[in-house]
Amino acid sequence: MSSNDGKKRVALALGACAFAGTLLYFVVGGIGNNLVYYWGPTEVLAAGPKAQGASIRLGGLVEAGSIRKGEGSNMSFSVTDGKKSLPVRCTSVPPQMFREGIGVVVEGTVAGDGVFESHRLMVSHGNEYRAPDDPAAIDLKKLMNSTDGLAVSDKK
Amino acid sequence: MTASIGRGLVLLSLLCASAGAVAAFAAFLKKRADLTTIAVRAAYGFALSMILANVWMVAGLLRNDFSISYVAQVGSISLPTWVKVVSLWSSLEGSILFWGGVLAIYVAVATWSLTEAHGWAKPAAIGSWLLCATFFAFLIAGPAQPFATVVDVPTDGPGPNPLLQNHILMAIHPPFLYLGYVGMTIPFGLALAALITGRLSPTLLGTIRTSMLAPWTFLTVAVVLGGWWAYEVLGWGGYWAWDPVENASLLPWLTGTAAVHSAILTERRGVLKGWTLSLVIASFLLTILGTFMTRSGIFNSVHAFSQSDIGPTILAFLGIATLASVLLLGFRVDLLKPDHELDRGASRDTAFLAQNLLFVLFTFTVLIGTVFPLIVEAVRNVQMSVGRPYFDRMTIPIGALLLFVMGVGPALPWGSSSREELKRRLLPPIGLGFAFLLAALAYGIRSPWTLITLFFAGYTTWVTLFEALRPARTRMKFRTDGFLKAFAQDLFGPGRRRMAAYVTHAGVVAAFIAIAVSSTSATSLEGSLKQGESMTLGRYSLTFEGIEHMEEPNRTSLIARIGVKKDGKDLGPLRPMMNQYATNREAIGTPAVRTGLIEDLYLSAMNIDEETGTVGLLVLINPLVSWLWIATVIMAIGGLLALFSSARVGQTVEASRDLQAEPVR
Repeated sequence: MSSNDGKKRVALALGACAFAGTLLYFVVGGIGNNLVYYWGPTEVLAAGPKAQGASIRLGGLVEAGSIRKGEGSNMSFSVTDGKKSLPVRCTSVPPQMFREGIGVVVEGTVAGDGVFESHRLMVSHGNEYRAPDDPAAIDLKKLMNSTDGLAVSDKK
Repeated sequence: MTASIGRGLVLLSLLCASAGAVAAFAAFLKKRADLTTIAVRAAYGFALSMILANVWMVAGLLRNDFSISYVAQVGSISLPTWVKVVSLWSSLEGSILFWGGVLAIYVAVATWSLTEAHGWAKPAAIGSWLLCATFFAFLIAGPAQPFATVVDVPTDGPGPNPLLQNHILMAIHPPFLYLGYVGMTIPFGLALAALITGRLSPTLLGTIRTSMLAPWTFLTVAVVLGGWWAYEVLGWGGYWAWDPVENASLLPWLTGTAAVHSAILTERRGVLKGWTLSLVIASFLLTILGTFMTRSGIFNSVHAFSQSDIGPTILAFLGIATLASVLLLGFRVDLLKPDHELDRGASRDTAFLAQNLLFVLFTFTVLIGTVFPLIVEAVRNVQMSVGRPYFDRMTIPIGALLLFVMGVGPALPWGSSSREELKRRLLPPIGLGFAFLLAALAYGIRSPWTLITLFFAGYTTWVTLFEALRPARTRMKFRTDGFLKAFAQDLFGPGRRRMAAYVTHAGVVAAFIAIAVSSTSATSLEGSLKQGESMTLGRYSLTFEGIEHMEEPNRTSLIARIGVKKDGKDLGPLRPMMNQYATNREAIGTPAVRTGLIEDLYLSAMNIDEETGTVGLLVLINPLVSWLWIATVIMAIGGLLALFSSARVGQTVEASRDLQAEPVR
C-alpha cells in the first residue's frame, strides 16, 4: 500500500467518523425531545412539575361517577390506577365504548392547574385485554399496548 | 388424522431443506456437479411439500376442520369464504406457514432460473436459500406448529381478529408484504454466494438485481397498502403513524431501493461491489428484524400479532445470520476488487453515491427511532415511545434531499463534463420547479418544507419526462419516426429498462407531492350531532340524517347516515359505521371516505348512540391522498417493467442502447 493510499484511508475514516458523529448528535437530540412517556396517574403525580408540558400517554380506568359532559365535545373525568387518580379535561369525541370503569389511554400533558389536558382519548382495543373490575389489578403495560397504533396525534 | 398429514408435509419439507443445504455446500466445497443436482432436487422437494402443507391448511379452513389446532383457533363456520382463506395469515402460526409457502415458491423459481453461467455460485446460493428454508421449516415444525391435533374437537371457532375481517384489503395487503419480505431471501442468498465464491460475475450481479427488483416491487405496494388499510379501517384519518410495525416494513424497502441503485453503479462502473452486497444483505436482515418485531409480542401494535414465544427463536436466527454475513463480508470482500476508480465531481456517479448515503441515513434514522424504546424498556424497564415529531423532523429533510438528487442525478451525464454542458442540463428544469411552487402558493400552502418539496418535485418532473422521452426524440430526429413508434420502441424494445427507471421515478415524485401536501394541509373537526343537526368544515356541510342498521352473518352494524353538501350542492349521503362482531366484546368503526382527485372527505364515527340519537363525528378534509395510491400503481408498473427488461436484455443490448441514447464521453 502506498503512503498516498494510507492518507486516503485516514481521510476517509475521519470523514466517516465526523458524519456518524453529526448523525448521532441529531438523532439523540431528536429522540430526547420527542419522547412520549407511558404513565399511570401515580407516575404522573410523582413526576410533579416535570410532567407539565411533557408528552404523556396516561393509562388507567375511568373512575366511577367522574364523567361530566361539557359544551360540544368537551368533557371531564378522572383516571385511576387504584392507588391515585388524576382529573382529565378532554376535547376529543369519546369512542363508542367509553363509559365508567373502562380502561382508557388519553394523550396529552399536564396543565398549569394540575389537570391532565388531552386531545385524544382511546379505549382499549383487541380481544385480549379485558378491563378488570378491581382497578388495582390493572396491567398498565397491556392496556397501553392495546391502543398502540390507534393512537396517533397529528394535532399539536 | 388430517392434522398429522399437515405435520408430515412440514417435516418432509424440513428434511428436504436441511439435506439439500448439506448437499449444496458439499457440492461447492468438493466441486462436484452431481451433488449440485441433488441439491436442486431437494430444493424442489422442499418447495413442493411446503406448498402442499399450505394447500392442506386452506382446505382445512374451508372445510371447518376444527381438529387442526390452527383452524380451531381462527376458523368459524359463519365466516364468508374469502375470510376463511385469508385466515391462513390472520394469526401467528398460520402466518409463519404462509411465509414458508411463499419462500417455497421463491426458492423453486430462483433455483430453476440459475444456469451453468452462474458457475459454483449456483450451489452456494441454493445452499444459502435452503439454510433459510431449514430455519423456517423448523419454526413451523416446532415453535409455531399450526398442525397440532385437537383432542376435544370444538363445534365452532372464534374467527379471526375482527379488525382483520373488517376490510377486504386484509386479503391483499399481507400477501404483498410476504412476497416483498420473503423475496429478499433470494438476493441475500446470491450475495452470500458471491462472497463465498469470492467472485461477483456480471451474470450473478444481473441475477441479484433482478431478484431484488421483484420483492422491491411487491414491498412498494405492500407498504402503501398497509397505509391504505390504516386509512380505510382505523378511522383516525391518516395513513402513516410511524408505528413500529409500519417502520418494520419500510426499513427493508429503504435499503432495497438503495441496493437496486447501487447495483446499477456496480454493473456500469465495476465499483462498490462490497457495498452493493452489503445493502442486499441488510435488506434481508431487516426483514428478519421486522418479523421479530411483529411476532415476538414486544410491540403490540394493531398490525402486529399477539404475544408469543417464537420471538427468541427468530432473534437467534437474526443473530446467526447477521454474524455469518458480517464475517463473510469481513473476510471475503477484499476479493471483490473494483474494476475502476469512482468518478468524482458533478457526475451521475456522484448522484448515485449521494442517493445511497441518503437512503442509508434514512434507514438509520427510522431504525434508531423504532428500536430506541425497546432498548430503554429492556435496560430501565420504563415504557415510552418515540413521538411522531422525531420521525417527521428527521425524515422530511432527508426526503426532500432525496427528491432533489432524483432530479439532479438523471440530469447529469455519466463521467465528467464541461461547465456549459452542466448549465445546459441543470438550469432549464428550475422553470417547472418555480411553476409547482407558485401553484402550491396559489393553493394556499404555506408550510416551508412542503413548498421546498414541491419545488424539487417540479424540477424532478421536468428531468424525468425529459430523460424518459430523450431516446424517442433522438430517433424521431434522425430516423423521422413518428412519436408513437419511437416511444413504443422504448417501451417494448431495448430501451425498456431505462424507461422503467423513469416511470418509477415519476411515481415517486407523485408520491412525494401527495405525502407532502396531505400531511401538512389537512383540516379536521370533531363534534357530536343530534339527528337533523349539521356541522360545517371548509366548503362541506354535513347533516346527521339518521341511524340505519345492517345485519351480516358475522356482524351487525350501526350506520350513521350523513348528508353531504359541498357549496350547497347535494353530494348524497356518506355512511360511517360501527360494527359489532359476534366474537368480540367491542364495536369497531369503519370510516366513510369520499375519494376525489383533489381531496378526500373523511368521516369517522367515534360513537353512535341509538337511545339519544346522537353521533360523535371526526371529519377531515385530506388533500391529494388518492394520488399516493395512484403513485404506487405507477411505481409498481415501473418496477415490473424493470423486472421484465433486465430478465431478457443482456449486457450487449444494454451497451448499444447507451451508445444510441447518450454518447459516451
